[in-house]
Order: sequence, then C-alpha cells, then structure tokens
Amino acid sequence: MKHLINPLDFSVEETEELLLLAEDIASDRSRYSDVCHGKKLATLFYEPSTRTRLSFEAAMLNLGGNVLGFASGNDSSASKGESVADTIRVVSCYSDIVAMRHPKEGAALVAATHASVPVINAGDGGHQHPTQTLTDMLTIHSLKGHLDNLTIGLCGDLKFGRTVHSLISSLVRYPGVKFVLISPEELTVPSYIRKEVLQKNNIEFKETEDLESVMPELDILYMTRVQRERFFNEEDYIRLKDKYILDTAKMALAREDMLVLHPLPRVNEIAVEVDNDPRAVYFKQAQFGVYVRMALIMKLLGVELC
Amino acid sequence: MLNISGIQNGYVIDHIRAGKSMDIYKYLRLDKLDCQVAIIKNASSNKMGKKDIIKVQGDMDLHLDILGFVDDQITVNIIRGGKIVEKKKSELPETITNVIRCKNPRCISTVEQELPQIFKLTDASTRTYRCIYCEEKFDTK
Repeated sequence: MKHLINPLDFSVEETEELLLLAEDIASDRSRYSDVCHGKKLATLFYEPSTRTRLSFEAAMLNLGGNVLGFASGNDSSASKGESVADTIRVVSCYSDIVAMRHPKEGAALVAATHASVPVINAGDGGHQHPTQTLTDMLTIHSLKGHLDNLTIGLCGDLKFGRTVHSLISSLVRYPGVKFVLISPEELTVPSYIRKEVLQKNNIEFKETEDLESVMPELDILYMTRVQRERFFNEEDYIRLKDKYILDTAKMALAREDMLVLHPLPRVNEIAVEVDNDPRAVYFKQAQFGVYVRMALIMKLLGVELC
Repeated sequence: MLNISGIQNGYVIDHIRAGKSMDIYKYLRLDKLDCQVAIIKNASSNKMGKKDIIKVQGDMDLHLDILGFVDDQITVNIIRGGKIVEKKKSELPETITNVIRCKNPRCISTVEQELPQIFKLTDASTRTYRCIYCEEKFDTK
C-alpha cells in the first residue's frame, strides 16, 4: 500500500505519471466525475487549514466520492488524549483513504505506519507538505510544459518556508534546473538544504537579497509570505515582513513568459495590482491543487478511468 | 597497571576512546544486566595513548550495532571457554532504535512518548543520523 508522506516518496517517473493524469483531469473533469463512487475520504485536520482541507474535499467530491472528518484537534478524540496511532487505526475502519494535517512533525509517518488505508500527509507542522509541492510542480509542468531546464527564483522566507524546502528537494531531480534564492540574510535557506540538497546534487544556485537585479533571469518566481508565527521577536517580523513586495514596476523587469507562483495566503508580498498580470498564476495554482489531489486520490486508491 | 582477570564467556569491548566507556555502558544497557562488568578507564594504549575497555562476563546477546554509532574505532572480542572466538570491528548501524531520543520539541515522538525512537543513517561520511519522524539531525556532541 502506497502513502504520500514526503514529496520524494514518488520517483520522477511516478510524479510524471501523476502530473499527466492531473492534466488529463484538468482537460475534461466530467469524465472523472464518478470514478470514486462509493469511496470515502477522511480529512483529519488537527489544526485548521481552509485551503488544503477544502481542496482535498473538493477533489474527492469531484471524483464522485464522499468525505468525512474533523477540522480541528479540539473536535477530535485527540483532545481526550488519544494517540495518532489509535485514531488512525479506528479511522481506517471508516474510510478508504485519509488526508491528515497535524501540528507535530512526523505525525503523518506515524499514521501511515498504523493505517490500513492509504495516508496522505496534508502538512505535518513545519516539516512536509507534499501536496503543495505537487501542486507547484503541476502548475509549472502545465504552464511551462516541462520541469527541466528552468531558472527558478524563490523569494521571501526561505528559512522557515517548508514549501520552499520541499520544492527545491523535488526539482533538483530534473536536469538543468537552477535556483536563485532571494531572501534577507536572516531568512536564507537552512544549511542542510544548501549542503545536503543543492551542493550534493551539483545544482547551480546563487543567493541574493536583491529581487530587482535577478528578475530578468527567472523562468519562475516563487513568492512566499514571511510568517509571523515563526518569529519569537515581533520586531524582527515587522522589520522583515515587507522586505519584498512584488509590484508592476518589478514585473516590468521580468521576461514575458515568467510565471509568478505563491502557495497562498498572500499578505503584502504581492501587490494586488499584479493579480491582473497574465504571468500571475497563483490563483490558477489553487485550481491545479484540486486536480493534483484528484489524481493523487485516484493513484493511491488504485482507481482508473473505465 | 590495574589487573583485571580474564573472562571465560563474554565480551571484551576494546579501543574505546578514553572517557566514552560510560556512554557504552548506558547504550548497551549493561546496568540492566545481572552480570559482572569491569570498566577500565584510561588504560595505556600504544595506538591511542589512553583508552577505555569494558569486560562483560556472561552468555547474553548484546546489541553491538550501537557501538559504531558511538565510535567506529571500537573492537569487540567475543570470548567463549576462555578463548577469543570472534573479533568484530564496529560499523555505523543503518538504524538506531530506542537508544537516543529526538530533542526536537516539535517532533511527534516528543509528545507521544510510547513511539519507538528510531534514527536513520543519512550520511555515513559525516556520521549523520536523523529522526525518522521529523528528520531532525541528532547532535552527537
């Protein structure tokens, strides 16, 4: 039985298969509207997450399946002290597949170890969020047509942003990918990403604080939010939160076919005026998130189009 | 030099870096065994200058894999009937279970204490072990 706990659980070939299925779903969703008839997805969200939970639920409903679950740890037996292992054993009896978000790192692995149905990690603390990575990859694959030979700029909080770490770890597997890491000194990528992922795989990358100067080089600009909850010191947060604001003046420096992605929610880092630029694809990205989750549910359940 | 008599059946854990013998004692859970254990600290060594040695008398099975995690210079002589029947050099184990604990407060294993504490070797050249749950690196210092 296959689970998805870490974005690297799928090989390059398996990821390609998944992305092609997601693109086929996107091309004609109605053909897939009944493939999961009678199947149930349990969404176990120990911490609130509007987008991810609704995206999973929309994905299962689009496939003709049903959903059940809870949207916060307070609504679950965890509030009575039940372990993840026990909860997942019980929920395995009620559902065919589980999507779980938990504030503790590694909780999804614990769930997968004890589940008798496939488990999808919908975010485990600051650790992994593999379906966001698949969403990002599908967005790039669909709109650029390939994942290799791209120069990808990652901008903002590269220290705490798990989506950034997962995306880098996944894309280093494709030839000709280069990274431009744009962040204030305090929020650069952790040294293990630099040493164990980038340098170990001989990936070309550079680090800079200056977004404007690198805009013309980029095929993709992946913006991230500086997250208040990651700072112990409010002053540091206030000083860094508006360090990068993507606006139309900066977009004018970029290539005509550059794409702007963002995992959302956006706060100030992308000015609203950029939303109308055809290169701003972060809302399309949310739509791609539903398609890739539909494909993932089908793959893990072993369901195929008749 | 301090004289400790030979053993009939058991283990001689030799070439332990001076000062590390109590770590080995703890990791091998020798305190839980009802057997004779001699810990020799700061013994003279031509190769190492000073070294520690542990002698364990008894037929029990010891999980020696962990020794490589502590120090890959360690050697083990297995003694049966007063003779060395096997010499082992320690190697880095692929996994370490329930010996070291994850110190990451955000890790599920620090909340759900009944979970096995499992670490995997992720880079032998740097002797890096990571918690299988949160992937936090174990700091050996």
